Amino acid sequence: MAETGASSQTNPLRWLVVAVPYLWLFLFFAAPFFIIFKISLADTAIAMPPYAPTFDGFGTIGDFFAQLDFENYQFLTEDPLYINAYLSSLRIAFISTLLLLLIGYPMALAMARARATIRPTLMMMVILPFWTSFLIRVYAWIGILKPEGLLTLLFQAIGVLGPDEQVNIFRTDYAVFIGIVYSYLPFMVLPLYAALEKMDGTLLEAASDLGCPPWKAFWKITFPLSLPGVIAGALICFIPITGEFVIPDLLGGAETLMIGKTLWTEFFGNRDWPLASAVAVLLLLALVVPIVIFQNQQKKVG
Amino acid sequence: MKPARFDATILTLCFAFLYIPIIILVVYSFNASRLVTVWGGFSLHWYQVMWSNEGLMDAAWVTARVGVLSATLGTVLGTLAALTLVRFPRFPGRIAFTGMVYAPLVMPEVITGLSMLLLFVAMNIDRGFWTVTIAHTTFTMCYVAIVVQSRLLTFDRSLEEAAQDLGCPPVRTFFTITLPLILPAIVSGWMLAFTLSLDDLVIASFTTGPGATTLPIKIYSQVRLGVTPEINAICTILIGLVTLGVIATSITTKRAELRRIRDEHDAIRGT
Repeated sequence: MAETGASSQTNPLRWLVVAVPYLWLFLFFAAPFFIIFKISLADTAIAMPPYAPTFDGFGTIGDFFAQLDFENYQFLTEDPLYINAYLSSLRIAFISTLLLLLIGYPMALAMARARATIRPTLMMMVILPFWTSFLIRVYAWIGILKPEGLLTLLFQAIGVLGPDEQVNIFRTDYAVFIGIVYSYLPFMVLPLYAALEKMDGTLLEAASDLGCPPWKAFWKITFPLSLPGVIAGALICFIPITGEFVIPDLLGGAETLMIGKTLWTEFFGNRDWPLASAVAVLLLLALVVPIVIFQNQQKKVG
Repeated sequence: MKPARFDATILTLCFAFLYIPIIILVVYSFNASRLVTVWGGFSLHWYQVMWSNEGLMDAAWVTARVGVLSATLGTVLGTLAALTLVRFPRFPGRIAFTGMVYAPLVMPEVITGLSMLLLFVAMNIDRGFWTVTIAHTTFTMCYVAIVVQSRLLTFDRSLEEAAQDLGCPPVRTFFTITLPLILPAIVSGWMLAFTLSLDDLVIASFTTGPGATTLPIKIYSQVRLGVTPEINAICTILIGLVTLGVIATSITTKRAELRRIRDEHDAIRGT
């Protein structure tokens, strides 16, 4: 976008517009990553206990480098618990993203094909649950999935289960998948809908006039054209799901391993700040590639 | 099956999936029975219990203050960030800036929370109300920036140019021309920021301190102890507030949009 005039560009006040958010984000978003990296190299013994900020800042940085080692990272690679948690997080995020695509795509397509007059209402209906607290939405599923919960009652009422049988998916990976798909569905549907809605309908008409069957027209025209939406939706879901904490904690069981939960336990349970930082650094490294792809995607859109 | 009927079936199923759990949650908040899954008749008992739970009410008050303050700060900073993204195509570090605006949108909350906490500890800041507010401002400003940015991209620059040609100084042009035109986006940005702050458990848990327990932290600790209708009651109130807010903003933005279109029509006809 072109600038209006040379006079306004030379106004030094103008640069405050850039400087204020820049400095804020640098101080509170970017700088902490250096600190997290630094703490991740520290020894557990010299770490401060929580709620007693005895950490003496940057003055001891020399001592710090004197005893530099990668002990925490070594520990993370030696203990299979952490490796399994990483792999399990990636697996759960991957399967959830696939499920979200399988459910979200037909939904977005149906929305895009609906009459133009009701599309804003449909869109509003997708967004509304997103405004409702994440925690509340996960909590709502506890009452449904519990062994003595509403799903059991429903299945007993319609005769799928006998009166003494119960639905045993609460505190398992299945419950985690349900919770994730439920919570992230709007994030998947909206980018897909945005891509599908602006598609030129005449392309499909042309294909059909030339004798192309609808399913083939879908694979040859609709799906390739919606690919940017598919990628955007998949990344918006995959990246945060990998580090998800609330859903595996409230719906998952003891065997549900996710790295976000592990980090939380190291930090709040074991109070091992350096190890928690090392977990965070490795999680971040695992997500660098998808995050960079996401940003390039956003820049193209923006 | 006909495509239209297929679409209708899909939409019905998906919206049922999205809404039924929330409806169940709301319905059971009016349950007289202590058991969450047994219906014991209509009652407002749990709302009274909730109302007299001081810890919960204190947490609600903290959350409201954090929400208003961080949403307001986040809206100011986010609007500036959006202006930077759209109106400053070239400056040193622009790529890094764009990255810092987009990354918080997808960054797992455990990482953001932990890193901010470590920053506050390194800076020797006592954790509490202000640290939660700063943390919330930081991640909500990025959402505001995205919302305002999309409005600025479709913005008609000729109005600003006209004002400047008539001798209006840049700062005044911004406040009398630009700001009123992007106001609907700023308002929805504020709403989004407020809701995100109201909603956040993970980042608040890391950055909070004594005396600054927010509502999600309180709800989370109660949920871990077990499901009670009291939580359903507080959740219902939150859902109600948010729904009202969303409907109110969507009506006001739609009105503003209609008025703008009418004004533009009048202006064109007037010339």
